[in-house]
Amino acid sequence: MTKFGSAVFNRLVIIIPYAWLMFFFLIPFFIVFRISLSQTAVAMPPYLPVFDLADGLSGIFSGIREFSIDNYLWLTQDALYINAYGASLWIAGVSTLCTLLIAYPIAYGMAQAPSNLRATLLMLVILPFWTSFLIRVYAWIAILKPEGLLNQFLLGIGVIDQPLIILNTNWAIYIGIVYSYLPFMVLPIYSALEKMDHSLNEAAQDLGCTPISAFWQVTFRLSLPGVIAGCMLVFIPAVGEFVIPDLLGGSETLMIGKTLWNEFNANRDWPVSAAVATILLLILVVPIMFFQQAQAKADGEGR
Amino acid sequence: MSKKIVTTLSALLVAGSATFAAAQEKVVNVYNWSDYIDASILEDFTKETGIKVVYDVFDSNEILETKLLAGSSGYDVVVPTADFLQRQIQAGAFQKLDKSKLPNISNMWDMVMTRTAQYDPGNEYGLDYMWGTTGIGYNVEKTKAILGSADAPTWDVIFKPEIAAKFKDCGIYLLDSPTDIVPTALLYLGLDPNSHNPDDLKKAEELLLTVRPNIRKFHSSEYINALANGDICLAVGWSGDVLQARDRAAEAKAGVEVGYVVPAQGAKMWFDMMAIPGDAPHVEEAHAFLNYLMKPEVIAKASDYVFYANGNKASQAFVSKEVLDDPAIYPKDDVLAKLFSFLPYDPKTQRVVTRLWTKVVTGQ
Repeated sequence: MTKFGSAVFNRLVIIIPYAWLMFFFLIPFFIVFRISLSQTAVAMPPYLPVFDLADGLSGIFSGIREFSIDNYLWLTQDALYINAYGASLWIAGVSTLCTLLIAYPIAYGMAQAPSNLRATLLMLVILPFWTSFLIRVYAWIAILKPEGLLNQFLLGIGVIDQPLIILNTNWAIYIGIVYSYLPFMVLPIYSALEKMDHSLNEAAQDLGCTPISAFWQVTFRLSLPGVIAGCMLVFIPAVGEFVIPDLLGGSETLMIGKTLWNEFNANRDWPVSAAVATILLLILVVPIMFFQQAQAKADGEGR
Repeated sequence: MSKKIVTTLSALLVAGSATFAAAQEKVVNVYNWSDYIDASILEDFTKETGIKVVYDVFDSNEILETKLLAGSSGYDVVVPTADFLQRQIQAGAFQKLDKSKLPNISNMWDMVMTRTAQYDPGNEYGLDYMWGTTGIGYNVEKTKAILGSADAPTWDVIFKPEIAAKFKDCGIYLLDSPTDIVPTALLYLGLDPNSHNPDDLKKAEELLLTVRPNIRKFHSSEYINALANGDICLAVGWSGDVLQARDRAAEAKAGVEVGYVVPAQGAKMWFDMMAIPGDAPHVEEAHAFLNYLMKPEVIAKASDYVFYANGNKASQAFVSKEVLDDPAIYPKDDVLAKLFSFLPYDPKTQRVVTRLWTKVVTGQ
């Protein structure tokens, strides 16, 4: 390929992901954002103003003048929304931490395993995805319910004499999220650990580090990009999680997914639900930016 | 521009195969509740008329409403519940039925037509497909043991805290549906179930908050399995769903017997209505389909299959005895007289009711 040809090719390759983001993230986001500035109406679609291209530019300008931030102010009027955001962040945060604590030893063990075993282990981590996510969550209902497998087992071996009430509590939500998202934490940590040069660890020990401090100062630090990537992959979808709290959680669990559902479907207030979604996005964009910065820094140090 | 792209794309996606097929053959795109028809009815319709049925299903009014209000759904016949229908008519989602193309309308049941006219004056936009009630599903054996009598439960088992407390450990589920539970609570208090008065709604909220500690879960579908498996004693639910639980329990032969009762104090009656969207691509075929479903022997077959009462008086000669004589499906006249129809809330009242419901359910 000529130099010119390859430059054009490089440009084209870069355009594809940007076009993808443009069509499937940026444009939909602006549609949602625009709805969040409108007012609800009994109409098709159920909000005002709607832009009619037939009215030309003047129609667009008069529409923009009708925009207001009332829906965002509304969210501050009732503690409900702030509590729901807070509860979602808390549940997602605790779940992410638990997932990390379970996933790290798994990934570490996988990376230490003989290389001919690794492919099999990797397969085992991915295996649950072969069953539908929904079915796996339903299976937890059968395990956790008062007369379910877990309680029968614990009663059988005499650890408890009353069934534990786990289903329909926050415990069940934590269990459901940790279980469902575990592979998303294991895989990036494993890939970071696998790339690691083991002679670095040996060097650290030769220079007088105890195995534990060698782990913290060398292994863990080098795996940090994988840890951060895994935390983001778990935390971000967990904040907006709807299915797991709906099926496993109790009625008193109020997460933002349910609040959004209520605004959209019970109140039929597309503008307020669009505002809830926009704020949720902003809450999530901050950690992503933090992640990217950390990533850039790590890359810089690696060189 | 973006709106146009989105509408075009979604129309293409949703109607997809249907629009493509329309060029060659006659088609009707039907969007109905899941598990709500005997599939042989659709085959017979195609045989008789040569119109192909593209049948698609939903499982909540909200999903249907979202598609309708976004526009260009591509459907020719949809089946919303009456209170949703009324609001969607206001939003301009439907077209008036051409009654000259619906001669079988004479088979309809005046009792049902009078009630559905509350939502749609003159029944100009919608015709009843099936109707049912919101009552109590119960575990027959355990309820008998707790109440100490074989009488069917009344609303006291839910709304009287000292009685409900006895059922707490056995388990009570409520529909996660304020438009079912709040009117029922108002009825229990002796107030107008359709009241929009903030004071009345406040009283309903207070009643529901006293009830709350005895409720294990608020959910609109899980009670079917929970009742059938014997996991719970009581569930406030929709008639057909509870009857489904009754059948599953009987099939499982695990010794669980499920009953359904429309409590003596009265209950909410609801209607699923067939209507034609304003932008339906096959209006002619849609009318043919509605007319076919109003044939007595056809809709009777549907009722026998789904265990719901239909709005067609003439069909009662064809409905099987087992279904027609079951008071859980076709309530007797004295119970019918006590059923109330629920009319939709205006947006402001809806917000108040949703908020009070969130407080009842989550305590916040």
